[in-house]
Amino acid sequence: MTTVLESLNSALHQALSQDARVLIIGEDILDPYGGAFKVTRGLSQAFPERILSTPISEAGFTGVATGMALRGLRPVVEIMFGDFLTLSADQIVNHAAKFRWMYNDQVRVPMVIRTPMGGRRGYGPTHSQTLEKLFLGVPGLRVLAPCALGDPGKLLLKAILEDDDPVLFIENKLLYLKQIQDPQNDPEFVIQERLPDRPSGQATAGENSASYAPVYTLTLRGAPEARLTLVAYGYMVELARQAAIRLAYEHEVFVEIVAPTQIAPTESEALVASVARTGRLLTVEEGTYTAGWGAEMIARASEATGRQSLVARRVAALDLPVPASAALEEVVLPGVEQIVETSLRTVQIR
Amino acid sequence: MPAEAIISSEQLYRLMYRIRRFEETVLDNFSKGVFYGTTHTCLGQEADAVGVIQNLAHDDIVFSNHRCHGHFLAYGGEARALFAELMGKANGVCGGRGGSQHLHWRNFYSNGVQGGIVPVATGMALAEKRKGSQAVTAVFLGDGTLGEGVVYEALNIASLWQAPVLYVVEDNCIAQTTPTADGVAGSLPGRFQAFDIPVDELETSDVLEILPVAGKLIAEVRSESSPRALILHTHRFGPHSKGDDTRQPEEVAQLRQERDPLTIQASRLEVGARKEIEAQVENEIFEAFQSAMNDPFPTLVKEPVI
Repeated sequence: MTTVLESLNSALHQALSQDARVLIIGEDILDPYGGAFKVTRGLSQAFPERILSTPISEAGFTGVATGMALRGLRPVVEIMFGDFLTLSADQIVNHAAKFRWMYNDQVRVPMVIRTPMGGRRGYGPTHSQTLEKLFLGVPGLRVLAPCALGDPGKLLLKAILEDDDPVLFIENKLLYLKQIQDPQNDPEFVIQERLPDRPSGQATAGENSASYAPVYTLTLRGAPEARLTLVAYGYMVELARQAAIRLAYEHEVFVEIVAPTQIAPTESEALVASVARTGRLLTVEEGTYTAGWGAEMIARASEATGRQSLVARRVAALDLPVPASAALEEVVLPGVEQIVETSLRTVQIR
Repeated sequence: MPAEAIISSEQLYRLMYRIRRFEETVLDNFSKGVFYGTTHTCLGQEADAVGVIQNLAHDDIVFSNHRCHGHFLAYGGEARALFAELMGKANGVCGGRGGSQHLHWRNFYSNGVQGGIVPVATGMALAEKRKGSQAVTAVFLGDGTLGEGVVYEALNIASLWQAPVLYVVEDNCIAQTTPTADGVAGSLPGRFQAFDIPVDELETSDVLEILPVAGKLIAEVRSESSPRALILHTHRFGPHSKGDDTRQPEEVAQLRQERDPLTIQASRLEVGARKEIEAQVENEIFEAFQSAMNDPFPTLVKEPVI
């Protein structure tokens, strides 16, 4: 049995041992501490020269990593809390993600920025957010977010070793201690895994046209045809699975779950295919409600559907900061109950 | 590379005059609608570009900012390709995608956001150090850029990790419209000294004064594999961008009279030699401009959303 944390940690070990150009850069990542969430544990013992513990300077060391990537290294940056990505935003948006295109494809910027996101740990307003939506639609930036399905470490390893463009790699904190789940051997769901074609404009000469970030489609074993599509990524896939089981056993409402691991650029093929079957869509995300990932998913599904109208609803966090109190956090962040209730309302709409 | 030993006064004048005529051509033609977008010329600062970059070796790296034309030309970039880039043409330095502020050619890079290039250049220097290449990275920033916090994050990291990088501050006394005195508190060299980065400071427009000091610092960066800084107090003769100079014309006229790097360098040349250089550069810039005018515009195939 392997946890998501172990899978990611093992991927970093492999990346460092397979490619001497790989460096890990971040705050407090040296052993014995091994990083705030221990994803970098053991690395500095094994590769002391290539683990760079930084001052508290997220913008500075993200920029340093970008410069290293421009000159042929393959740095991996850890931002201790995803909330601090805002400090690196100029480096990501105006530098790392922009160089390749603005320099007329004369350069590549092979770097990965990993960061933990998400709440339900009581860390309060500045250490619990789900901010990746701020980085969706930034040209030149791929945003990946593994769930517990498949092999999160393999996704990270491919991003580090094979992707020549900047990648923002989002790790939900509650996933770290989850066991990774083999999609071929799931007790509850039949899970289809496919590598989507790269969206138009993403593939360039010499690059595979297929993405390396899998998208999963989950249907309950033995269930009749689904009436609703749930789309979710990261830890919200776990909640969507729990909701799907309750909907089936308590309400006889059957749903399919689409779980992409690449959230930007948008890969909507599997979503569009599912919505073509169900005609109804519920998006599930931990980020705030307004102008979120779910809105983009609904727009993509709507644009692609031949139907006159798509019935769609969103489950997301309230448009509030994430509170520290567990009682308040429970209200602000979307949970299984809310997914079940909103699903029921969505299938009843005529 | 002891630059002063291998470069003649004529050659220095030619390099600076080329930048001068390029920038004047840009400003003259912007008002005629030949160029598209915006520009930031370095009239008056030519000696900084030439004095620093002449000391760099083939594999060294230059990272410049929004006011980058002089640095690009001093690095050896083609006037034709830069004109074409400013016109948004397919044969421009970056195929028209980057424009005036966003250039990349060989080991030359520039970006138009203040401050952000400083950690990037520091990272480049650290990458070269790890690769054992001996390459020096020189990054140009202005007095106004000293207001950006990320600059100090980069200086801290450069000192901690001993990055082989030269920080060149061109203090042209004005950040867009804000005088340096209104935007920069405290000491300029003190900003580098606080991080134990050795710093030299020059108040001059004379390329012959800048060359040896920059040369010494670049040699130190290379031999010690550690950061250095050079503060060049200089003057901008043109507007920040196009026609947006808020200074009194008399003030600028006086600066041109007292601090023109070309006048200073011209005094060291025989009149005949100077006129010959000027005629040659004039012709070169004219040809480059005409050639860029004849370049095609780029195309972009718009992919469907789905």
